Amino acid sequence: MRTHSLFDRQTNLVLSLLAAAAILVPAMNGLAPPGSALHLSDHLVPLLGKYVCFALLALSVDLIWGFCGILSLGHGAFFALGGYAMGMYLMRQIGPRGVYGDPILPDFMVFLNWKELPWFWYGFDWFPFAALMVLLVPGALALVFGWFAFRSRVTGVYFSIITQAMTFALMLAFFRNDMGLGGNNGLTDFKEILGFPVQAGSTRIALYVLSVLALAGGYLLCRWVAGSTFGKVLVAVRDAESRTRFLGYRVEHYKLAVFALSAMLAGIAGALYVPQVGIINPSEFAPANSIEVVIWVAVGGRGTLAGPIVGALLVNAGKTWFTAALPEFWLFALGSLFVFVTLFMPRGILGAARDLWERSSQKLRARRSPQPVTHAAE
Amino acid sequence: MTAPVTPTLLYLDNVTVSFDGFRALNALSLAIDHAEMRAIIGPNGAGKTTMMDVITGKTQPNEGTALFEGTHDLTALDEAAIAELGIGRKFQTPTVFEMHTVEDNLLLALKNKRGPLATLLSRRANQERERIDALLERVRLTAQRHRRAGELSHGQKQWLEIGMLLAQEPKLLLIDEPAAGMTDQETADTADLLRDIAKSKAVIVVEHDMTFVRDLGVKVTCLHEGSVLAEGSLDAVSANERVVEVYLGR
Repeated sequence: MRTHSLFDRQTNLVLSLLAAAAILVPAMNGLAPPGSALHLSDHLVPLLGKYVCFALLALSVDLIWGFCGILSLGHGAFFALGGYAMGMYLMRQIGPRGVYGDPILPDFMVFLNWKELPWFWYGFDWFPFAALMVLLVPGALALVFGWFAFRSRVTGVYFSIITQAMTFALMLAFFRNDMGLGGNNGLTDFKEILGFPVQAGSTRIALYVLSVLALAGGYLLCRWVAGSTFGKVLVAVRDAESRTRFLGYRVEHYKLAVFALSAMLAGIAGALYVPQVGIINPSEFAPANSIEVVIWVAVGGRGTLAGPIVGALLVNAGKTWFTAALPEFWLFALGSLFVFVTLFMPRGILGAARDLWERSSQKLRARRSPQPVTHAAE
Repeated sequence: MTAPVTPTLLYLDNVTVSFDGFRALNALSLAIDHAEMRAIIGPNGAGKTTMMDVITGKTQPNEGTALFEGTHDLTALDEAAIAELGIGRKFQTPTVFEMHTVEDNLLLALKNKRGPLATLLSRRANQERERIDALLERVRLTAQRHRRAGELSHGQKQWLEIGMLLAQEPKLLLIDEPAAGMTDQETADTADLLRDIAKSKAVIVVEHDMTFVRDLGVKVTCLHEGSVLAEGSLDAVSANERVVEVYLGR
């Protein structure tokens, strides 16, 4: 029986590149003198950190879409919920340093004339609790939502549409001041995280490195899940759901498990994103955001785990460049990219690269041996 | 409620399924013994596939009884629970996991714990390897072991799916048109394989190919408009005037 080692060639490559990213960026920012060609300016560090968080989000979508065939168009919601959990912690860390100087209540509550902290804010001043909520809130929503959807055997495009509705509903809810989460302004004006000033260069470097580590950990976790028998069942569900059922697998349990796991990964991505960009507001729930994530995955290569990381980094770098140079054309460019990839690179950048590699190595082999290569039975 | 004592493995009584007024099954009754092989024939729309859907839990009947081993009420269970009781099903078009290797297809079908946690933490044991080796040998796919199931020929896929059924170690196998799209030699081999399986397990075969049914040499049930039209040896059934009229023709 062929056993797939967790640390195959692709995993080693991904981990090496991430390790290089974790070392080079701080080095180029801190050690290279400003003005030298190697210097990375301060504002680029949180930008790169943001991309890395997006890559983790893309990875979480690939786990369910690429392996189990569940196309979630609402993963931005889990990302935003993780972000809000972190944002609530950061708000509580402001303490009396807010504009209104209230030691307990965040500014927006003072502004709304609230006298007491709402019950669901309790505990968020304690980091371990907030960190737990980063996982539990998205995970619990995924469990409840998924339980209803998968039990009723909602699949395919219908599932995708209700995930859009879910994130849209959450956006509307979070826009309301009554939610007690800052309304349309969201949560911002953060001061400290675990006692370190959020704006400081060293904190930003640390957050960036943590994001890269989270991405590496997320990648390894997904690789392990995909390589296990559980992962094989997921692919079986994707390719022949009823066959899997008649083999005796409870398909809805598998979908629920992987959906919740994926939502928690997305939550971690959101939690790391918020201190780096300094704000979380309801626009993170916008349905278009979730669709964009799917484009990153498709561009990078669905079902490859490494591809979505590449896709998220490339598309977001493109977005940064485009929105500065030709802001009106960004959405057209994104749309055309998606159409192009769907038509000409259905397996994404990574899939196309693999095909190219296989073809060229085959050619090389054919040139070395004058005899035609016969594909006899293995 | 006391369960009726039935010596039979599968017992369908008065099973009726209607879709929007159309009666796919109309008071169907059928009994299958332990280690019995039964061929089901009948024209299109006679209710053959619906009957399999009822037995495997895909469709709930509007009325009637479906008992397995005399005690398990199949109408109250879902597909996964019924599979676990020991009923395996092969679809009409071969349905295998195309992206998985032949070996992994069998691995997923092996009788094992089916829960998410169990599969996440499972370690492949040597025992499993031996079981897979034996199954590969039986369905003649040893040489294809590491190929993707999607690359197999139609006949090989049919056999792989039968292999997956055997891996489940079921007590009853439901096999829908195993000979469809096969060469004559493959058809004959499939009949041999099924006869061999039926030595220890109950098998229900739905088939249109009369040569194949004759090859099996078992009791035949002819369905028509959702109920049993005739039952007996193939010769007796083919001599039945109603069967000739609605199914065999001329």
